[in-house]
Amino acid sequence: MKTSLVDILSQHSVWRGGAPAPGPGRTVPTGFAALDRELPGAGWPSGALTEILGQREGVGELQLVLPALAALSASGRRVVWLAPPHLPYAPALAAAGVNLEHLSVVRAPGRRDGLWAAEQVLRGGGCHALLAWFHDIRYAELRRLAVAAEAGQGAFVALFRPAQAAREASPACLRLALEPGPEGLAVRILKRRGALVARPLGIKIERPVHALGGTSFSTPCARGPVARPCPA
Amino acid sequence: MIACDLQAEAFGVRPGMGLTAAWSFAPQLCVWPYNQASEHAALEGIAAWMCRFTPRVSLQPPQGILAEIEGSLRLFRGVAALLERIRAGIDQMGFTATPAVAPTARSAWWFASAGRESLILDRAALETALAALPVAVACDGPDALGLLRNIGITTIGELRSLPREGVARRFGQALLDGLEQALGEAPEPRDFFAPPPRFAAKLELPGEVTRAEGVLFAARRLLVQLEGLLAARQAGVRRFLLILLHREVRPSILEVGLASPGRETERFVQLLRERLSMHALIKPVEAIRIEAKDFVPLHGRTVDLFGGSQSESESWARLVERLRARLGGGAVHGLGLRPEHRPERAWRPLAPGERPPPEEGGTGARPLWLVEPPRRLKESGGVPHDGGPLELLAGPERIESGWWDGGEIARDYFIARAPSAALLWVYRERGTAGAWYLHGVFA
Repeated sequence: MKTSLVDILSQHSVWRGGAPAPGPGRTVPTGFAALDRELPGAGWPSGALTEILGQREGVGELQLVLPALAALSASGRRVVWLAPPHLPYAPALAAAGVNLEHLSVVRAPGRRDGLWAAEQVLRGGGCHALLAWFHDIRYAELRRLAVAAEAGQGAFVALFRPAQAAREASPACLRLALEPGPEGLAVRILKRRGALVARPLGIKIERPVHALGGTSFSTPCARGPVARPCPA
Repeated sequence: MIACDLQAEAFGVRPGMGLTAAWSFAPQLCVWPYNQASEHAALEGIAAWMCRFTPRVSLQPPQGILAEIEGSLRLFRGVAALLERIRAGIDQMGFTATPAVAPTARSAWWFASAGRESLILDRAALETALAALPVAVACDGPDALGLLRNIGITTIGELRSLPREGVARRFGQALLDGLEQALGEAPEPRDFFAPPPRFAAKLELPGEVTRAEGVLFAARRLLVQLEGLLAARQAGVRRFLLILLHREVRPSILEVGLASPGRETERFVQLLRERLSMHALIKPVEAIRIEAKDFVPLHGRTVDLFGGSQSESESWARLVERLRARLGGGAVHGLGLRPEHRPERAWRPLAPGERPPPEEGGTGARPLWLVEPPRRLKESGGVPHDGGPLELLAGPERIESGWWDGGEIARDYFIARAPSAALLWVYRERGTAGAWYLHGVFA
C-alpha cells in the first residue's frame, strides 16, 4: 500500500516547522487577536495542559484568560477554579462578563489533595475549563494531569505556576511566561505546537488605570485629589 | 448445632448434634453462638433487597424467602435471567442461596429446603416432581417424621398414596393442608414483607479489620442491600452513615453526603472510598453498621429530550459529591453577588447547585482577587509599602457602611502600583492613625 506524503501531513499528529501546527482538537479563542494568531488552532488548546508562568501576581495574569472564561460561562460551560491563592472576587468577575452561575471554586489545602482534585475534575466530566494553582508540581504529576486532560472531555486547562518553573521540562502543550509590558502584558511563548516564537507578544489587557497614571474609569465615590492620599 | 460447613461435616459433625458430641468428633471445631436476632435481620435485609424484583415478597423464617415472580418475568427478560440476577445479588451480599421455582409458594419452599434447585413451571410437572421429594420437607417436627419413617414412608409420593383419614388422624390435619397447598389445591394466604422506610444493617467482620479496603469490602455487602431496599421503595438517599464499631472505644461515625439523591451501589462505594481515605482507622474495626433514613422519591432515569446537558450536569453533580466526600463539605462552592457596599460582603459562597440571584449594577473598579482577610501594610512617611513604596494611581473611593449591624467600616480605597508593577487595591482606615491594608490584587 502506498501512502503519499500529503496523506501523512494531513494527519493532525504531524506538524511542520515554521507555522503553528493545526491544533489536534478544539480550541477556545483567547479573545486577544495578537495571541490567537500565534496559537495553534487560534485559541487555548482543549484537552491539553496550558501553563501560565508568572513572576508575581497582579500584572494581569487572570485578565489573559478572562475573555475565554466569559465566553465559556456565557454559553453555559462550567469553569472550575482549583486552589486559587486568593478569593476570586465575584463583583469583578461579573463585571468582566463571567456568568457566575457556571463558576465553581474548589478549595484543596494540601498539595496531594489539589492534584487529586484536578484529576477528578478532568476525568469526571461536566467541566469545560479548569484553572488550577500549583506551587510545586513534579514532571510525573504534570504528565498524569496531561493524560487526564486528554482522556477527559476536552476542557481548557490552565495551570498557574511560578516563573522559575520555566526552567523545568513540562508535558504541557502550551507554556506562556508573563511579564508586565508597556501595553499591559508581555507574553513570551515558551512552548507551543509549532515553531518557537522568539519575541514576546504585547497583549493589551484591561487595567483599572492606565500605565501612565490616568484612570480609565470614573470612580463613583471619588472625593479629593486623584492619585494622592487624602489626609484623614 | 444449627449448621456446619463441609469441612466439619467430613469429621462427622451434623446439624442437630449437641456441642459436646460435635467436639468429640472434631476437637478443633470453631464454634460461634447462634444469634436469632441477627439471623432474622439478615433475612429481612435480603427480603428488602428482593423487593426490587417483585412487590410480593414473604419471609419464611428462619432461612427462607418466598417471592412471587410471575408478574416480573417480562420485565426481567425471563426466569433464567431473573434467577441469575438474584443469585449474583445474594452472592454480593455475602450469602448463598438455593433458588427453586414452582407454581405454588409452598412447593417452591419445599424444593428449596430439600436443596433442589428446581425450575418447574406447570402443574403437571409439579405433581411428579413433588412425589420424589423426601417427606421431611412437609413435616413440622421430628415426631411426625419419625412416625412416617417407622411405617416406611420416605417420599411425598408415598405419603399421598396413604388414606387421607388415617393420615389426618395420626399426623394432624396440618400435614394434609400443607400437601394441598403445595399442589395448589388449597389457597395459602401469606403476609407480604413491607420494605421499611429506613435502613439499618450491621455486619460482623470475620476478624478485626485495620485497613480501609477491608471496611469498604464489607460495606459493599450492606450497600447492595441498601440499593435493593431503595429500589423497592422507588427512593433514593441524600446521605448515609457508616458506623465503625471498635472493641473498647466508642464507635466512629462517618457521614457520606450525595449531591443528588441516589441509590446505586457503585456510587455509594466510590464516595465511601473517598470518605474512608480521609479517615484514619484509629482502632481495629470489629463490625460495621450502615444507616440511612429520610428516603426521597427517586424514579427511574428519564432521558433528556435533547440529550447531553442532562448527563453533563449529572456528571458534574457526581464530581462535586466526590470532591466534597474527600475535601470536606465546604470545599466546593459557587460565587454569588450581594447588594452590599462593604467589599468583603458584596459576595457570598453558594452551595453547589444553588443558583445565584440576578446580578446587580456595577460599582467602581474591583480587583479579581480579594485578599481575605485584608493584610496590614507597612507604612513609612505616610506612604504604604509592599516590597517597596506603593504609588497611588487612583482614588480615593470612600466606603462607609455597616453602622447598623456592628460591622462598620470607614475606608478610603486606592488603586496602587507596587514596585513589581503589580496593581493592588489598598485602603486606609479613616481616622487619626489610619493604617494601610491590602485588600485586593488586580490580577
